[in-house]
Amino acid sequence: MSAPSNNTAPVIRFSDVHKSFGEKKILAGFSMELEKGQTLAIMGPSGVGKSVTLKHAIGILTPDAGSVEVFGQEISKATRKELAEMRKRMGYVFQEGALINWLSVGDNVALPLRENTDLKEDEIRERVQRRLELVHIPDAWELMPSEISGGMKKRVGIARALITDPELILYDEPNAGLDPEIARSINALIRELQERLGVSSLVVEHRIDCIRTVADEVLFLDGGKAVVQAKPEEFFNSSHPRLARFFGKDSA
Amino acid sequence: MKDASHIQPAEEVVIAPAKASGFTSFLRAEGERVELLLSTLRRLGHIGKRSRLIYEQMFLSGIQTLHVVLLVGLFIGMIVSLQTGIELAKLGQQDQIGTIVAISMAREMGPFITATILAATVGSAIAAELGTMSVSNELDALEVMSIDRLSLLVLPRLVGLALIAPLLTLVCDTIGIIGGAFVAQAQLNVGYEMYLTSAIDALRPTGLLLNVPKDLYAGLLKALVFGVMIATIACNEGFKAKGGALGVGRATRASVRDAIIGVIVINYFMTWFMYQA
Repeated sequence: MSAPSNNTAPVIRFSDVHKSFGEKKILAGFSMELEKGQTLAIMGPSGVGKSVTLKHAIGILTPDAGSVEVFGQEISKATRKELAEMRKRMGYVFQEGALINWLSVGDNVALPLRENTDLKEDEIRERVQRRLELVHIPDAWELMPSEISGGMKKRVGIARALITDPELILYDEPNAGLDPEIARSINALIRELQERLGVSSLVVEHRIDCIRTVADEVLFLDGGKAVVQAKPEEFFNSSHPRLARFFGKDSA
Repeated sequence: MKDASHIQPAEEVVIAPAKASGFTSFLRAEGERVELLLSTLRRLGHIGKRSRLIYEQMFLSGIQTLHVVLLVGLFIGMIVSLQTGIELAKLGQQDQIGTIVAISMAREMGPFITATILAATVGSAIAAELGTMSVSNELDALEVMSIDRLSLLVLPRLVGLALIAPLLTLVCDTIGIIGGAFVAQAQLNVGYEMYLTSAIDALRPTGLLLNVPKDLYAGLLKALVFGVMIATIACNEGFKAKGGALGVGRATRASVRDAIIGVIVINYFMTWFMYQA
């Protein structure tokens, strides 16, 4: 049986994690920690394993070697029931929203409550409506995913991730495919949720403006490993050669 | 700022893809389907909770296929009637046309034709729908929300197809026998009365299983099994879809191909078991 959860332990801890797909090595000794209440952004080149990291944290993927602990419990050793309990404390916001296409916006957000709780329908509707208001789309209940914009899909995805009152939210490129104005509003929403709800967050993102707005710390992932971890100002002013190359400052 | 570059991998881990022979891959794929079927059957207790989805699946399957079943069933009955009628006429045995059409439709043609139509229309739609959910991360979304996808997605489709397949088969049998009657009357000079008398005699109740004729219940039992198999294969292929639209297309194609092959193979064994064993 896995170790019980420990209040002083980091919310997420990756220890020397290795992961390969076929012959392609993605993570090669990746280690990092996310403290309670902290927002950590993971940045890095495309295909470096940022989303793979999130999928390890939620238990969709398991490491080939090393360990991933969430809430003090090693996720790959959790039983199916334990994993389900851990996931109830987590929310996951997918890059494209991943809304169930045959359910309306409201039914998408209500789905985890309808499937996993015994709450009455009135109470579910009230909680869903509160979440839709929290993400600033109070009138969207009846709309279908095919009828809404990319930015709105992100908001619905966030509302769905929040519906179980999670302690930890994982965001997979929350700004992907959005124009700068919508992206700014999503970033402001993420920050607002962190401040109002006090959740810990792990954010995978490319866009500097998003990271500056939402992150307490930034981790640069490259070659399967954490290369640099720092506060945003320090990170973006860093003279680390890999960061300089990534931001195109090495030729200046 | 922390320089995290000192964290080195303990060792390089490279997992080579497992090379499986064609036969091993076949066994693995069939094993996955059997596992999916058994896992879904363990959730039969959720039928009440999923009744609305089951009803929707039955309704959609019926709507999608009824006109095709009617048209194909009618012409199959006409073909059987004509082909056998011509030969029987040479022997002066035209009065047996009704018997042969009724038995052919109830035992083989009805369930087989209906299953083929279901595999090509409903099975392909299920594979495409679940495949699209797979490639757009909707299945992962269900997983991270700890939602049981077998109960939510597979059970309603499997039960829906298992129930609608025998009903459509009954429609196919009936319309096929009617089509055979038209041909018998118009082209073979066998009156409706003689045709229908021999058809009804052929499907005479056996006294077993609510007095339903054996040929009829054997065919309906086949249809039920075919419905379960088509749904299982379609769901399995949909879940495995990867790589965008191309992957969805591949899953749909594999679903139709494997379901039709499966129907033919299982049909033989069920016929052998029910009529010879």
